Amino acid sequence: MPETSAHVAHHGPPTSFLRKHVFSLDHKVIGKQYYALGLVAVFVGMVLSWIMRIHLIAPNSAIPGLQWLSKVGAPGGVVTPEYYLSLMTMHGTLMVFFVLTNAPFAAFGNYFLPIQIGAEDMAFPRFNMMSFWTTFVAFCILVSAFFVGDGPPLSGWTAYAPLSAVGGDSGPGQAVGQTLWGLSIFVFCIASLLGSLNFIATTLDLRTKGMTLSRMPICTWAWFITSCIALLAFAVLLPACLLLVLDRVAGTSFFIPSGLNISDHLQPHQGGSPLLWQHLFWFFGHPEVYIAIVPAMGIISHILICNMRKPLLSHKVVIYCMMSIGFLSYMVWGHHMFLSGMNPFSALVFSFPTLLITIPATIMTLIWLGSLYGSNLRINSASLFSLGFISMFVAGGVSGFFLAQPSIDIYLHATYFVVGHFHMVMGVAAIMGVFAGTYFWFPKMTGRMMNETLGKWHFFLTLIGTYAIFMPFHYLGLAGNVRRYSAFTDDFLVPLLPVHKFITYAALFTGAAQLIFLFNLIYSRFKGAPATENPWECTSLEWSTPSSPPPFDNFGGQHPVVYHDPYQYGAKSSTGDYLMQTSPEQAGETP
Amino acid sequence: MWGNMGSKIFAVLVIFIALASAVPIINHTFLGATVAPPEDISTHGAEIDKQLDETMLEAGLSFLAAQLVLGFFVWQFGGRKDGVLKNFPGGAKYLVIAALLLVGAEAIALGAMGTKAWASVYFQPASADALPIQVQAGQFAFYFRYAGPDGKFGALHPDKIDEGNANYFGLDPANDVDARDDIQSGELVVPVNREIHLMMHAKDVGHSFYVRELRIQQDFVPGLDLSLHFTATKIGKYEIVCTQLCGLGHYNMKAYLTVMSQDDFDKWLKAQSQ
Repeated sequence: MPETSAHVAHHGPPTSFLRKHVFSLDHKVIGKQYYALGLVAVFVGMVLSWIMRIHLIAPNSAIPGLQWLSKVGAPGGVVTPEYYLSLMTMHGTLMVFFVLTNAPFAAFGNYFLPIQIGAEDMAFPRFNMMSFWTTFVAFCILVSAFFVGDGPPLSGWTAYAPLSAVGGDSGPGQAVGQTLWGLSIFVFCIASLLGSLNFIATTLDLRTKGMTLSRMPICTWAWFITSCIALLAFAVLLPACLLLVLDRVAGTSFFIPSGLNISDHLQPHQGGSPLLWQHLFWFFGHPEVYIAIVPAMGIISHILICNMRKPLLSHKVVIYCMMSIGFLSYMVWGHHMFLSGMNPFSALVFSFPTLLITIPATIMTLIWLGSLYGSNLRINSASLFSLGFISMFVAGGVSGFFLAQPSIDIYLHATYFVVGHFHMVMGVAAIMGVFAGTYFWFPKMTGRMMNETLGKWHFFLTLIGTYAIFMPFHYLGLAGNVRRYSAFTDDFLVPLLPVHKFITYAALFTGAAQLIFLFNLIYSRFKGAPATENPWECTSLEWSTPSSPPPFDNFGGQHPVVYHDPYQYGAKSSTGDYLMQTSPEQAGETP
Repeated sequence: MWGNMGSKIFAVLVIFIALASAVPIINHTFLGATVAPPEDISTHGAEIDKQLDETMLEAGLSFLAAQLVLGFFVWQFGGRKDGVLKNFPGGAKYLVIAALLLVGAEAIALGAMGTKAWASVYFQPASADALPIQVQAGQFAFYFRYAGPDGKFGALHPDKIDEGNANYFGLDPANDVDARDDIQSGELVVPVNREIHLMMHAKDVGHSFYVRELRIQQDFVPGLDLSLHFTATKIGKYEIVCTQLCGLGHYNMKAYLTVMSQDDFDKWLKAQSQ
């Protein structure tokens, strides 16, 4: 691969307010816009989860103010069973698409990938702006479902057909709301495809002099690998959503078979296959898990290396592991469908590569743990959240071991065990990565430090809280507690209510702890202590920009030249125990 | 105020959380609720339970080991300043080999062992003398149909479904002789120790059939006729619940499975056909 450099000045500095802060071409502004959108989505999603948790332990109690959101869905503030499902659908969709895809990948990737490879901007700045604003449109379409017709759809974030395909006959929210859902995700896919292409082109074409592929930091690699995964995954979900919308509005029957009698109406469809939707959806859906988690793996590796003051035991092995996880993620979608009625022999075919994913995941975990040994580990909010990621990744990962086996899935499928599993590994672990990234890069993004004391309180309360919420989910699953129920009225579910109460209190507690973070974020943005150029003594290019935040072209008209691998720590040099990638100096001694 | 405390707090917390998480798994109880599978009442369930137990042991030990090592290393190396940097003995190579040998072999062995339990449910068809029962899932109820004395099920006509007149399946007894003696029930009644062949179809959207005690779960897929077989080994009354999101009444979609002696079953069937 020839060494390339960014010689083309993409665009001049923005002059108008609109160009600077709204329709900006600057990848850094776009990164922050993605982050802000993720932040809004995560708080909306969290409030929805609070309402759901309260409803589960007190189904007949009024939640004050909720009647203003929906008179039909929450008359007098009491959530109806169907509105519970609507809230659940919106929670899942917001979190998976607008938080877990946006924050670790689109937000941090946009801001730091170009800087870490020494580029002035993304390869296609206008595409980049379009990606964000298209995502924003998708967000608006989705949220508008709260306010039109009879509310948001109730078919879950997986939108299984024919429930999602037949329209209003199948229940409230299934008319306009479900169509908006399909359109929103369709638009979101366009945005993600544009974004992924941009990331790939930028990584391959805009690396500065000396920045060979092997000299890219691990998080750059993670974003690059994620872009490749996303490019294939969203390319399948996009037509799937289009077909779903067509089934709903144009009378086609891609996902609807003949002879369905719904609400006493014989449906005018024939020839479609509900399993086709499941295959298309999960062909996207499983890689999506890695779209959320791989960037977080990269981010926390990058942060831990800096804070351990020594490189990982093997930089390359971690990158190969991320690649193999990405590759395997395309062979395992059927493990979501063991009991779906597909050929039972194929269950074994999907189970095998799923179990194989354990190997790269374990290698990575062992490398993180092994690298901690003998390090000078600095404890700060960023490194704590990175360690929290490892703890959570292991906790969520081992439960995957159960669900990967079809025989055990017969019992645990569709129970809270599954909910606990994916919340830990895809939700909490990825969010821990986002928090780590926020505490770590905030000084570079704003020129100010975040408050460390608040950050540590935030971490410890979040660690305790998330375990208190999601570990008991597994216990419920072992007792056969079915998911997606708006109330627990079955004889065998009633005795489990004390566990649900515990989880609800834990969720309210953990949610409240996030207000510390929100306060810290806003307070530090304006009143935080001024940050130096390189407060963490880190080696990669984002810390060699002439200012924090970096100028619009990142390096002030200079093209940085890279001399080293990304992680020269423990080296004796004029700067101390590390060598910047841009430093022509040679290390005196490495361990 | 934190100084070096952060690493110690982290270490203690992670180890405490890991150990505390394991207690309800070992005790099968959490906050007074039983958090373990109920007693198995099927002929195939023991294999599944065995697989679950072995996986729990291996996954549980991996979980504890990783959290303990994480806590221990952070305790020892967290907040250390200017110490001599050391590499883990053997470096990455041995860790990769360990992951491949231990975890890889464990995963594949468990996967291979689990196929036996899966195969007993899914690879063998129901035997010829199994009792055929048709089950239809619809928003938000299960209906069961027995063939009646003639041993033949009448044909289904979705356009004739009329819940108001108790024609749940869409039968046409006026023109269809086979349908005239079919028995419809809102409850699944089966004889103990006899294989049951469930013939499953959905009337409207996707549903699922889940009986915890039977270790059975299977989706209903609109447009597909699926089949499932099991043998219940213990007389009693159990809950059948829907586990595939099917709409607003999903949480309330349930039926009872009553397992009775062959004699009681014969009496029940006779009473139904009158």
